[in-house]
Amino acid sequence: MNNSPVGQDSWPDALYDKLRSMDISLFTYVPDAGHSVMIERALADPAATTVPLATEEEGVSLLAGAHLGGTRGALLMQSSGVGNCINMLSLTNIGRFPLLSIVSMRGDYGEQNPWQFPMGQGAQPCLEAMGTICQRIETPDEVLPAAEAAVNMAYRSDQSVALLLSQRLIGAKPF
Amino acid sequence: MNRYELLETLVPVLEDALVVCNIGIPSQELHAISDRDNHFYMLGSMGLCSSIGLGLALTTQKRVVALEGDGAVLMNLGTLATIGNRAPDNLILLIIDNGSYGSTGDQATYTSGETSLAAVARGAGSQKVIECPGEETAGVLADCLTARRAAVIVSRVAAGNRPLPVVPLHPIVLRERFRQSIRK
Repeated sequence: MNNSPVGQDSWPDALYDKLRSMDISLFTYVPDAGHSVMIERALADPAATTVPLATEEEGVSLLAGAHLGGTRGALLMQSSGVGNCINMLSLTNIGRFPLLSIVSMRGDYGEQNPWQFPMGQGAQPCLEAMGTICQRIETPDEVLPAAEAAVNMAYRSDQSVALLLSQRLIGAKPF
Repeated sequence: MNRYELLETLVPVLEDALVVCNIGIPSQELHAISDRDNHFYMLGSMGLCSSIGLGLALTTQKRVVALEGDGAVLMNLGTLATIGNRAPDNLILLIIDNGSYGSTGDQATYTSGETSLAAVARGAGSQKVIECPGEETAGVLADCLTARRAAVIVSRVAAGNRPLPVVPLHPIVLRERFRQSIRK
């Protein structure tokens, strides 16, 4: 597949195209600025289904149900939402349900809001404690290869995989 | 009528539907009454069987019935908003409301107090919400399945559980046999 380098501004579009090219068609999300391009692309895509969630944990269950129905999807969330997922990651883990999570990070590189650090720094350990494999992405060049790897690990090997989009990639927020 | 007796009346109506069942004793009771490949039992992680049902209904044309409990729905009231806005025509959420946390010893839930899950479901956006006693639920469910329109049914039953063993099926087995039953 084409994983040629992408620029600092174009990786969100390229990531969306990569996911769609690998049959990811159901996008569940709690909105975040870091995911805004992918959410807009999914909403504008007649072949994709979008489900805004009341809480991130719903997405874990919803995508398990979609797997029972034979459809591939992704859970888009901010690192602040990782803690909301932990209960239902038991289902993912013990049932070996595939799960692709794409997590935009807060509380890491360059963060200016101290309140973001506990969950931001806790996101990866929490996910790993519940059996999710984490791949941290720091630069645009890593986005497409990591996405392709994650989709294959999730949907060919029945793993829960999270792509952690670092603030080095998405930019630290001033709030 | 308690939950077990209600489930006995529902099983014939559920024959052609895909069923996702709430954690614990509800799943054990359904499994004891009738175990089918198109049943997915939750055996851990309380709540959100309704979200599994929503994900399933969005990705299949078949009718889907999520058998929820009042305690589990109270844990995740937000999902009623997601279902109220996004439920496709083939999803029926059936909340078995016995006003208690059955699996832990029948301690009262807030539906034994002031909370009406039917009112919450209506307020959360579901257009068709039916509250009925357990004795009428099989008929209501049959009508909803025939109508092929998204619905939330709140079935009021008495507290009480059958003492049953844990469902002797690994979750991976439950997952795979369910997926294969859909492909048939």
